[in-house]
Amino acid sequence: MTDLVRRDPSLITAGIDLLADAAEAQAAPVTRVDWRPPMDGTSADLAAVAADPRRVTANAEAVRRMLDTRALLVDVMPAGDALGLANDDFLHAGPPIAWDRASGPLRGALMGAAAFEGLVGDPDDAAALFQAGAVSLAPCHHHRAVGPMAGVVSASMWLFVLEDPGTGALAYCSLNEGLGKVLRYGAYSPDVLARLRWMADILGPMLQAAVRAHGPIDIKAILAQMLQMGDEAHNRNRAGTLMLLRELMPSLIDSGFPSSDIAEAARFVAGNDHFFLNLAMPACKLTLDAARNIPGSTMVVAMARNGTDFGIQVAGTGAQWFTGPAQVPDGLYLGAFGPDDANPDIGDSAITETAGLGGFSMAAAPAIVRFVGGTVADALATTRRMYEITLAEHPAYSIPVLDFRGAPCGIDVTRVVRTGILPQINTGMAGRVAGTGQVGAGLVTPPAEIFPSALAALASEARAR
Amino acid sequence: MIDHVEARGGAYADSVTLMQVSKQVSASDGVDTALVAMATELNLELARGMGFTVPGDVSADALLVAIRADEEVALATALAVAEQGLTARPASSAATEAPPRTVASAARSGGNLALISVPGPHAFTEAMDALEAGCDVMVFSDNVPIDQEVRLKSAAAERGLLVMGPDCGTAVIGGIGLGFSHSVQPGPVGVVAASGTGCQQLLCLLDAAGVGVTAALGVGGRDLSSAVGARSTMTALDALDADPATQLIVVVSKPPADDVARAVRAHADTLDTGVQFAFLGETDLTAAAEAAIAAIGVTVPTWASWPGQLVEPRPGALRGLFCGGTLCDEAMLIASAELGVIRSNIALRPEDRIGPTERAAGHLMIDFGDDELTAGRPHPMIDQSLRLERLAAEAADPGTAVILLDVVLGHGANADPAGELAPLIEAAAVPVVASLIGTGADPQGLAAQAATLQKAGAHVFASNAQAARFACGLIQHD
Repeated sequence: MTDLVRRDPSLITAGIDLLADAAEAQAAPVTRVDWRPPMDGTSADLAAVAADPRRVTANAEAVRRMLDTRALLVDVMPAGDALGLANDDFLHAGPPIAWDRASGPLRGALMGAAAFEGLVGDPDDAAALFQAGAVSLAPCHHHRAVGPMAGVVSASMWLFVLEDPGTGALAYCSLNEGLGKVLRYGAYSPDVLARLRWMADILGPMLQAAVRAHGPIDIKAILAQMLQMGDEAHNRNRAGTLMLLRELMPSLIDSGFPSSDIAEAARFVAGNDHFFLNLAMPACKLTLDAARNIPGSTMVVAMARNGTDFGIQVAGTGAQWFTGPAQVPDGLYLGAFGPDDANPDIGDSAITETAGLGGFSMAAAPAIVRFVGGTVADALATTRRMYEITLAEHPAYSIPVLDFRGAPCGIDVTRVVRTGILPQINTGMAGRVAGTGQVGAGLVTPPAEIFPSALAALASEARAR
Repeated sequence: MIDHVEARGGAYADSVTLMQVSKQVSASDGVDTALVAMATELNLELARGMGFTVPGDVSADALLVAIRADEEVALATALAVAEQGLTARPASSAATEAPPRTVASAARSGGNLALISVPGPHAFTEAMDALEAGCDVMVFSDNVPIDQEVRLKSAAAERGLLVMGPDCGTAVIGGIGLGFSHSVQPGPVGVVAASGTGCQQLLCLLDAAGVGVTAALGVGGRDLSSAVGARSTMTALDALDADPATQLIVVVSKPPADDVARAVRAHADTLDTGVQFAFLGETDLTAAAEAAIAAIGVTVPTWASWPGQLVEPRPGALRGLFCGGTLCDEAMLIASAELGVIRSNIALRPEDRIGPTERAAGHLMIDFGDDELTAGRPHPMIDQSLRLERLAAEAADPGTAVILLDVVLGHGANADPAGELAPLIEAAAVPVVASLIGTGADPQGLAAQAATLQKAGAHVFASNAQAARFACGLIQHD
């Protein structure tokens, strides 16, 4: 029974300031909520979901699974073997989309991949193939995979394989090609394809040998250390990349490959600060997939963009995507590129934010705040703001500058709708025109309307019980 | 004259802040009239009533800014005043850290009692946050659907917590007055109240007799209805029974549903602590206070009054204008026994109901704190402007014989209610009778408020029941 009568009140007030003033005038401790109305027309749905008796335990379970899931790098193998892709199956980032609505960078990456698989001699001839629907297109997310930017995966590309030893669950991601003119940014020139061939012929098999010889590598442990070293694991992966290399180097050297190939691989990885992104992403994917399909849970388990649509999936609503138009990021441009050159938001990499990294852990990465067009104060404020929309503080991912407070993780659809605070995503920007490559980097948020849509689905499910 | 009307989407401030901003803007040089308020139906109607042309398709979540000024410069100044009033927020303790945006977020850094006064449609969500964080909750908000009230109270029961409200105006916890409340001394009486102003009257009379309270727990006006089944009343009784300092419990309510009354009485019989029931209709608040005082073994005092000039009974109608719903109820019960039918927006019998802004020929009492008049507006205990307008109108009505008012002091209430009423009382051609609900420690000053009312010509009583009887006595009837 409540001991309300026998203790001194410590108040939380929401609403009329005068009432908080009156309590403070009587020397009561008061924490004031800066309450504002939720997004338009959502109060009935919010009440329905708040009243759902499953919600609290469902969200606790979703958080528990997300936090308990481990992510070990266990293998590296071709997508054809790992996912059973035929050479005319193509995966892409974001929610489902057909060729006719695909943006420039996604089309460019698909054309390059078609040429890479030998379906066409010249990438420019591939457009007709996709237009005719002669090949299959599916989201990476539907195949336990994630891909940065265009996220295009085809049978001959090699993938990292991550496993949760507790459940045997798996997640996959391609190998990172580096920055600039690369397939994932929609470039498909001969040098792009040549690099992909080298990655498939040399880098992939070499990493496979090294990982198999080394044994499983704990990716979440590296992620935890990265946050202490200035990475946020989305736009800065420098420390993570070096830690991976440190871990694998002895096994690479022992792999029996020619020393020139090993040197080339070491140079390639060390020269690509984003190499680890493609391990951070599947690690996040693995932990969030564990939280899928929990009836009553309002936790977001995926945020992903295909360059046209931004989509989210929620633990309590199964495989349904809630989509809206992808926004153009706000940030800095490379060279002579400007806002007119940028494609709307693209890539599965927002899985890092979904798991509490990236923009959510911006305070851990002061070194890149200017790269995405902000200040250190903005970074601190951003991370603090994300606590308002998340269910948990990550016990392993801690942020030094916030007194080692755990990273805000587990986005709650209801909190987003109530506060109007949108998840903050750090992202790269692809050129609008197929073949351009990267044009900049910056900050972006999802389209606000997808959260009320997801809420409405949760509410109608709660009411139907 | 220039009219400026805009509806700002995405802007929000609480109704009390908006009332203050409206006042500041209206007082700005060259401003004829102004309304800054959330665009609820009621407020849009008010704006139209003030002669503003309001667009039809405004969302209730928008902020309405309507200003009529002499000329452009005055308008610009007034808009700047509005802007400043709207952006001024109390400084947060840690300047670098933004304040929490939900009760759930606030509860991460502690707290054991949430005081929710957000607009009714949003109160349930915030209150659930509090329960989930293990906090007891006082829901001051009204206009909360009854099914949400039942859900809240069931959720609280599962967690062993108390929900006070919705529409809980008053509580005293650990000596702190919450909502509309009074500084009262600690003592042996525990109060459970389904009626905010009923609780306030009881607290003030106990205090005047030198009897203090351990706690006053509001439960919301609908708690003793069949639908809610006294869920919070039961919990509150148990909480007070478990408190060794509480020697007597008083339950204050409008007449409850029969089955609920039986259940509550049966539960009370199982407690170690004695329970007195003050159900309006069976007794009045003053009699209930007297019974409690006597039960504690204290001599019942003569209740304070500040008499006006002697007047002869006259023919005509009694017009009661109340801030407190229970005070209005109590007055109606007393007056209807003497005078017959009383029309009201919270009438005792459904057939006597009239709209809150409707006029009537006979006896009439209006509760300005009823839900219908508070959507998107502060409670009349804070902002009595609707009552002031009505007071002027009733005073000018030749059918009016006597006007009866309640004046409620305490924390959270208007800083000078008597001062606002005085000029209208003074100008009234008919006698004005007022009950004055307050304690000596209230911030407005009980003695000063009484003096202001008395000087304006009002007959003032500390007991609302006595005020009502006195008012009836001034009316000639068969």
